[in-house]
Amino acid sequence: MSTQPTTARHSVTRNSRRKFLLDSARAGGAATLLALGVGLYSRQSVSLPASAIRPPGALDEDDFLGACVRCGLCVRDCPFDTLKLATFGDKVTTGTPYFTARDVPCEMCDDIPCVKACPTGALDHSLENIDNARMGLAVLIDEENCLNFQGLRCDVCYRVCPVIDKAITLEMKHNARSGSHALFIPTVHSDHCTGCGKCERACVLEDTAIRVMPFELAKGELGHHYRWGWKEKSKAGKSLVAPDVEHQYNMPQGQSYDLQGEGLIIEGKNAAGADDASPFGGSPLDTLNSNNFNTRGAQE
Amino acid sequence: MNQTHAARHPGAEAIADKGWLAANKWLLARRGSQLSILLLFMLGPWFGIWLIKGNLSSSLILETVPLTDPYILLQSLFAGHTLESTAIIGALIVSAFYILLGGRVYCSWVCPVNIITDTAQWLRDHFKITGASSLSRNTRYWILAATLILALVTGGIGWELVNPVSMLHRGLIFGMGLAWFIIFAVFLLDLLVSRRAWCSHLCPVGAFYSLLGTHSLIRIRADARDQCDDCMDCFKVCPEQQVIRPALKGHLKDSTEIIGPVITSSNCTNCGRCIDVCAKDVFHFGLRSNNTVNHTTNSKNINKQHNHSSGVEVL
Ligand code: SF4
Ligand code: SF4
Ligand code: SF4
Ligand code: SF4
Ligand code: SF4
Repeated sequence: MSTQPTTARHSVTRNSRRKFLLDSARAGGAATLLALGVGLYSRQSVSLPASAIRPPGALDEDDFLGACVRCGLCVRDCPFDTLKLATFGDKVTTGTPYFTARDVPCEMCDDIPCVKACPTGALDHSLENIDNARMGLAVLIDEENCLNFQGLRCDVCYRVCPVIDKAITLEMKHNARSGSHALFIPTVHSDHCTGCGKCERACVLEDTAIRVMPFELAKGELGHHYRWGWKEKSKAGKSLVAPDVEHQYNMPQGQSYDLQGEGLIIEGKNAAGADDASPFGGSPLDTLNSNNFNTRGAQE
Repeated sequence: MNQTHAARHPGAEAIADKGWLAANKWLLARRGSQLSILLLFMLGPWFGIWLIKGNLSSSLILETVPLTDPYILLQSLFAGHTLESTAIIGALIVSAFYILLGGRVYCSWVCPVNIITDTAQWLRDHFKITGASSLSRNTRYWILAATLILALVTGGIGWELVNPVSMLHRGLIFGMGLAWFIIFAVFLLDLLVSRRAWCSHLCPVGAFYSLLGTHSLIRIRADARDQCDDCMDCFKVCPEQQVIRPALKGHLKDSTEIIGPVITSSNCTNCGRCIDVCAKDVFHFGLRSNNTVNHTTNSKNINKQHNHSSGVEVL
């Protein structure tokens, strides 16, 4: 009588412990599956399409995705309705802010309200001068259609740039097609371009020839051991390689050679070359009128 | 008696006794609260009245008071981001609110998905859809842990890619895109797969808020539990049925230890639906304190409970 309830209770606790373990295993399994699924999905959706630009001050994409809570306060405080929140199904990570420069570019507000509005610091609050923003980098991507590349003076992208003459300049090149004109090539400089996209918005072509791209697409990277000699030289204030040993030519008697100056120097001959040591006169006309030349002409 | 109870819908007796309005007052208040919070957020984009900006993840009231969802903030911390003070202040304000009022007040009074899942449950009852998967109610805590580990491992807030709660709220304010698919999936899950599958078994947001409200001040109390006539209506409407029993019956299933009348489980969402549907006015909102046992009522209650035990086992 006294043992029976105890065994019963034992089996009850054993059963419930088994049930608990089983339940936990199943719940844990379900959670793991879900996490794996979401994890895979999140890996897939971190690649930002090149046309989607983050707001000014946005942290590096990896950090940004851990910082932005998808609240849209930056979107709300942008006076130009530049920014949008990505919706589920967009190519941009769901809920995060971005803009498409060809639709509405960033107007580079002096007070940067979008950054001020961000509660999390996903838009870095240390960005106080909008000229220091690096949302991306403009690249003149279609040289075949850009009007300036054909020798016309469109210049629109250059004119609209808020950082004109620093972020974008017109570089003169020879126009080989006409032979006698210049090409004014719009040229973007990465140390000043903010990636605002006003140039991309303004390009007069049917589809733009100049586009703001993420840095990692727009920029190459120099081999880490490469040095530009002329920069190193001006930094050091002198040449960094030992000067060449003066070259000695083994010339016939009475002749010498000056590599960077006159060239062949024949002793006893003056600069005008009027000397009979040479078979040729100093003036090309003498050569043309010489007998050698005429003889050859007669032979033919 | 059991048959008549099964045949009519839960709360019919309460409506007959108290009138329709009184028998639905907390439900109406909750819907009012959920919809007006949504409306407050919509006033801006719709009418240019910016009382509150942002969404449930983070917002700003009247350009001054910040509010931030502590759960998403926690994920951000796990992802390795050091936050601006604005977000931290916002999260402290929100946390304080739910720590006091009951964590899952978020679920029943704020969360827009609750309207969807309640509708699914209503349809489920209406069309008598049965069939349940035996998923544990603790699955949500595992998922909660999984979302945090995900943030830790990937360095991003992965859960926000699929979170139906923020997706619906943000979507209604900023544009849904294809988010309706996810919301519809949650609806179908609750309608067809299992009773209260999403909110009471899986949702890590609800799980987080339940942990936040473990010691909340405001609780549902079954002080008049000796009036209970075992009609089971409260069990039928409660999204977290398991929380009612100890407080109502005064003891756990396989124990005779007497328990006070306060529903202490943090998974009670403080929705007040049990108050609505009880014709005997057993339940009311109260404080957590003074959870003492009135011995006379309880012995009586337990005796009665033993007589009707089969009725309870049906659950
Ligand atoms: S700087 Fe101004 S225009 Fe540009 S995204 Fe921010 S608020 Fe909008
Ligand atoms: S304000 Fe900051 S946290 Fe909110 S959506 Fe914009 S970037 Fe993200
Ligand atoms: S994106 Fe274009 S307009 Fe804007 S700063 Fe760069 S070059 Fe200028
Ligand atoms: S606006 Fe377009 S077409 Fe004109 S110069 Fe710039 S890139 Fe070329
Ligand atoms: S459990 Fe999740 S979806 Fe359900 S009401 Fe709570 S927060 Fe919303």
